[in-house]
Amino acid sequence: MNVPPTSTLREGLAVIGRGIKDQPRWFALAVLGSIVYGVMTSLTAAAIGFVVQRAITPAIEAGHASAQQLWFIGGVMAAVVLTTIIGVIGRRIAGGVAMYNLGAIYRRRVTRQYLRLPLSWHHKHPSGQLLSNANADVEATWNIFAPLPMALGVVVMLVFGIVQMVVVDPWLAVVGLTVFPMLFLANVAFQRAMSPRVTRAQQLRADVSEVAHESFEAALIVKSLGREDHEAERFRTVTDELRDANIEVGRTRGRFDPAIEAIPTVGTLAVLFVGTLRVSSGQITAAQVVQIAYLFSILAFPVRALGWVLAELPRAVVGWNRVSAVLDASGSMTFGSRALPSGSASHVQTEGLAYAYEITTEEGEDDVNPALVDVTLDVAPGSTVAVVGPTGSGKSTLTNLVMRLVDPDSGAVVVDDIDLRDVRRGGVSDVAALVAQQTFMFDDTVRGNITLGAQHDDDSVWRALHVAQGAGFVEHLPDALDTRVGERGASLSGGQRQRIALARAVIREPQLLILDDATSAVDPSVEQAILGRLREASSGTTVLVVAYRMATILLADEIVYLEGGRVVDHGSHEALLGRCVGYERLVTAYAREAAEREAIAAGEEHDAELDDELGDGPERGAGAAAEEVSR
Amino acid sequence: MSMRSQVLVEHHGVATGKNMTTWQTLRRGVELSPELRKGIWVTVALAVLSTLGRVLVPFVVQRITDEGILADGGPDMRVVAGYIGIALAGVAVTAVSAYFVNVRLFRASESGLATLRRKAFRHIHDLAMLTQNTERRGSLVSRVTSDVDTISMFVQFGGLMLMINIAQVTLATVLMVVYSPLLGLVVWLCFVPLFVIIRKFQGIVGRAYTRVRERVGDMLGAISEAVVGAQAIRAYGVEDRTAERIDAAVEAHRKAAIGAQARSVVAFTSGQLVSGLTTAVVLVVGTVLAARGSLTLGELLAFLFLVNLFTQPVQQATEILNEMQNAVAGWRRVIGIIDTPADVSDPGESGVTLPRGPITVQFNEVGFAYPGGAPVLHDIDLTIAPRSRIAIVGETGSGKSTLAKLLTRLMDSSSGQVLLDGVDLRTIRFSSLRSRVVLVPQEGFLFGGTLLDNIRFGRPQASEHDVRLTLTELGLDPWVSTLPLGLATDVGQRGESLSAGERQLVALARAYLADPDLLVLDEATSAVDPSTEVRIQRALDSLTRGRTSIAIAHRLSTAQAADEVIVVDAGRIVERGHHTELVRLGGVYSRLHDSWVAQQQAI
Ligand SMILES: Nc1ncnc2c1ncn2[C@@H]1O[C@H](COP(=O)(O)OP(=O)(O)OP(=O)(O)O)[C@@H](O)[C@H]1O
Ligand SMILES: Nc1ncnc2c1ncn2[C@@H]1O[C@H](COP(=O)(O)OP(=O)(O)OP(=O)(O)O)[C@@H](O)[C@H]1O
Ligand SMILES: [Mg+2]
Ligand SMILES: [Mg+2]
Repeated sequence: MNVPPTSTLREGLAVIGRGIKDQPRWFALAVLGSIVYGVMTSLTAAAIGFVVQRAITPAIEAGHASAQQLWFIGGVMAAVVLTTIIGVIGRRIAGGVAMYNLGAIYRRRVTRQYLRLPLSWHHKHPSGQLLSNANADVEATWNIFAPLPMALGVVVMLVFGIVQMVVVDPWLAVVGLTVFPMLFLANVAFQRAMSPRVTRAQQLRADVSEVAHESFEAALIVKSLGREDHEAERFRTVTDELRDANIEVGRTRGRFDPAIEAIPTVGTLAVLFVGTLRVSSGQITAAQVVQIAYLFSILAFPVRALGWVLAELPRAVVGWNRVSAVLDASGSMTFGSRALPSGSASHVQTEGLAYAYEITTEEGEDDVNPALVDVTLDVAPGSTVAVVGPTGSGKSTLTNLVMRLVDPDSGAVVVDDIDLRDVRRGGVSDVAALVAQQTFMFDDTVRGNITLGAQHDDDSVWRALHVAQGAGFVEHLPDALDTRVGERGASLSGGQRQRIALARAVIREPQLLILDDATSAVDPSVEQAILGRLREASSGTTVLVVAYRMATILLADEIVYLEGGRVVDHGSHEALLGRCVGYERLVTAYAREAAEREAIAAGEEHDAELDDELGDGPERGAGAAAEEVSR
Repeated sequence: MSMRSQVLVEHHGVATGKNMTTWQTLRRGVELSPELRKGIWVTVALAVLSTLGRVLVPFVVQRITDEGILADGGPDMRVVAGYIGIALAGVAVTAVSAYFVNVRLFRASESGLATLRRKAFRHIHDLAMLTQNTERRGSLVSRVTSDVDTISMFVQFGGLMLMINIAQVTLATVLMVVYSPLLGLVVWLCFVPLFVIIRKFQGIVGRAYTRVRERVGDMLGAISEAVVGAQAIRAYGVEDRTAERIDAAVEAHRKAAIGAQARSVVAFTSGQLVSGLTTAVVLVVGTVLAARGSLTLGELLAFLFLVNLFTQPVQQATEILNEMQNAVAGWRRVIGIIDTPADVSDPGESGVTLPRGPITVQFNEVGFAYPGGAPVLHDIDLTIAPRSRIAIVGETGSGKSTLAKLLTRLMDSSSGQVLLDGVDLRTIRFSSLRSRVVLVPQEGFLFGGTLLDNIRFGRPQASEHDVRLTLTELGLDPWVSTLPLGLATDVGQRGESLSAGERQLVALARAYLADPDLLVLDEATSAVDPSTEVRIQRALDSLTRGRTSIAIAHRLSTAQAADEVIVVDAGRIVERGHHTELVRLGGVYSRLHDSWVAQQQAI
């Protein structure tokens, strides 16, 4: 993203060109308005001269101003003013419309990318930065369209002015025109100086957004650990950096701005000086010098509009580079054109599935963290398969692959004999539903969170809620189904959110239902009820369920035991209990624990000292505790 | 107490600052960013100097033509050269003082705005949890980012230019009156309607910009959903619907922005119109006067020059006033959040500092209702003895997390009192409270960064060795060694590079390292596998000896291990006692236990 400053001008023009291409009409209108404005401004002086000559001088000479003369003066001036105003309104409104339209167009394009790009891309890009791309960066890119029409109008005005000068006296015009190469050089130097500074400021702006975003998302943790000061300090560091960067931008601007402003003035003085010399030597008349000097002084102020555009240019280029990094991001998933068959439970097979997460080492090198290795599964249509495994063994990774949220590094997920990579966009979610381990709630109503915009009548929403055991609490919400849940479902309890997420899956009557630890936040009795209802409701459904609890596991026809990303064993519960130590340890942990506690409790009644020995002494390491468990 | 709850309800939203006048907003804004005012008079003096230089140049040009080129008896080179010398000096003075003005303004405004950002940021964290929840996170972010950026344009140039413009208008008025009192009066009369229009439009433009700021907040909220909810959106194939929601927000913002632009254009062009028409009127009236002989043509034309000196700053001022309304709209939002009272506030210096040591918890007739909702907790009376290990169980939605949040003062109760060691929670200093009482909330969150930094979050001064010791104590060593880079593993934003269970392990270690006297775990191990959970449970059992610990859990293994179980049902404590007693009781707990046993039994 480090743009060599020399190319800023070219790149900036490319950005402008792109904008014009997207909004040709409004832009043309704005430029037209600006031209009207420019022409009228340089005509104002002429108009005054005109009325002086035609009406004012005669009136003074006559010693009496007739009504007709007065109307003439007022009329000509008013006409000039009104035309100028129309030009200004056209320029400003059309320019504003073009600018905000461009902003909206690119916000849509950028967010489309957010929706299109794969999850792996999202993992690599902090949310705060992405928010900044869609907001501040888009804005920075198209802000240049505010001064741009004015600047183009000024160009027309300049041409107009230069022609007038050349007509009057080419030699004086040449003296005046030396100003322009000087202005150009000054601006090139200005941009070279600005570019890296603006780039840095824009990056820091995104950093500030990132820190704020993360910190506010973590507000609860910050509060409960009392780390407000620490967070404030972290924020201070980035805002101070942004402040310094902005001051640096200001300093650079401060250096060039006065110089750029002074150049036309110096030009005017040069014209006057040379002009006087030429008048002295009788080559031109005094009036001609005055006219040219006047033209120059009128042009001097608007010429600064060109400076504004050039000053905005580096920011636009930086903004554009950041926006286009999102727009050009590749690594998108490719989709086929096939649809998965509908109407009957899905048959899911995986063949030598492997997946590794990309990570960055401390030295900043790319590395991989294998999460799944050679996973081969066959889930028969209509069956329920439980995936069991210790924390971090790759269960969620597997569900993501089956849902095609990510693509495997090798191997394939095949559903009803179709490789998921050949399925059309949206084809997988048409037949399959995933209840993720981490529930995500949209800032919408309960109904909106369940239907997600699909057409379902209230009856089916309630039916789905009944299956998920959520009807009871939803009935008691102030507006029942129309209650807004707040951002990320903030006004619901953890278990309530999870049940809405379940209902969201159930209502789609999927052929393949994937539950990733989807009842972790509900109490045992509700969990029992949910599982019972699911079993009834999902007769035509293949179910892949990640679970730890026995009740869930026992619903399964087959169990797949994962450890370290590999399938260690699979088969029925009884079969696994007998031959798979890891599995046994995992699923019987609670029971063994309970038994042990009971034994200790029983012992306690006889021997209180034993309790002291076992329990006291915080220095007793957890190693001992762990040993005890595996005993 | 009822008064308190009323206050809570009244303040549960973030103040919008909408009812602040422009003037109040500016005053409060400058008050919050004192840097804006620091050394402002030097800057103003420099700015006046640079403006004088700017005004000098056209003046000198006029003199040169009048006295030099058009001098009687041919151009006078000496006069011309003299004036050019003066003009060049003016240019130099302008350039140098403009440079200093720029630099000073940038420094003052950026420092002031950085301070404003910081104050707003800090205050957002100080706001009560419930107040924070009334705003979308994206909208909160915009208050410390784009809302502040909106202000910068104005404070960098606008405010100062406005002052200079007023000075210039005054100067021009004086000069006009000296030249021709009558024409001066004419000019002012022409401008009266403009001042009326500007006043009226200030309100209209201001409201339009306020709408724009609100739409920006909405837009960021909608966009953040696409970013944070990336997985859910893909899993349900609702990209199109999400896109529609974003588009609606983007479109609303576009409309609001164009609307504001159109209004400000009307305001601005009315200035230009009046200026132009004034010139016309002056010419007409001036012609009449000149025809009567009370004015020469030269004087009339010179007067036009003065009119220009008058109208130009007025036009510029109308533009700056528009910009000011934009800035004020942003400022209002930032000030709005800063001036939102922090309901659950730190008693600060006057507060009580609890001595270290195990904590007694006491609830006296505590009731709680979320703002605008029905009561969630009723008449909770509860005493938790120091050093005891308590489990809280109950159906989902029964109010367990609410209880935990009251206990850790993330919220204040609507009625009744929560006491720690006999001291009202509301009078305990936060520095003391937060170091002694730590909650591991149900919704965990990790920061982008290494595992080490995340575990250290609660106690940054802890060394790597301390962290390792904690992990060993909790029996998490083997797990850390399976991670690709051990403690240096990057957990990804929000901890997304870890599995859900692993994230909980980190949150637990983080709370444990913070070394509290009262540890409150709200389903802190719900996603952890049973054998790890049991192992951690064991470790915690022995480690939390000597402290008070409260664990909320749906897996009754936790309840079995506790000294005492508290059963919450529909916002009331319905049973309490030891696991075995409660099972015998045959109430709510025994029903939960039956389901639990049924789940485990089938081995
Ligand atoms: N985005 C990621 N980047 C890098 N590593 C990851 C990422 N997501 C997961 N991992 C790693 O991959 C492994 C498997 O993770 P996964 O989420 O599939 O586990 P899991 O079996 O679902 O665990 P849990 O029971 O805790 O939910 C873990 O070691 C985890 O640290
Ligand atoms: N911020 C909030 N605003 C309004 N109502 C809320 C809010 N948070 C929780 N509630 C409501 O208060 C009740 C109690 O919620 P709480 O989170 O305390 O339940 P819980 O016992 O922790 O449940 P779970 O086991 O599901 O976590 C629920 O009915 C919930 O809908
Ligand atoms: Mg998982
Ligand atoms: Mg809860």
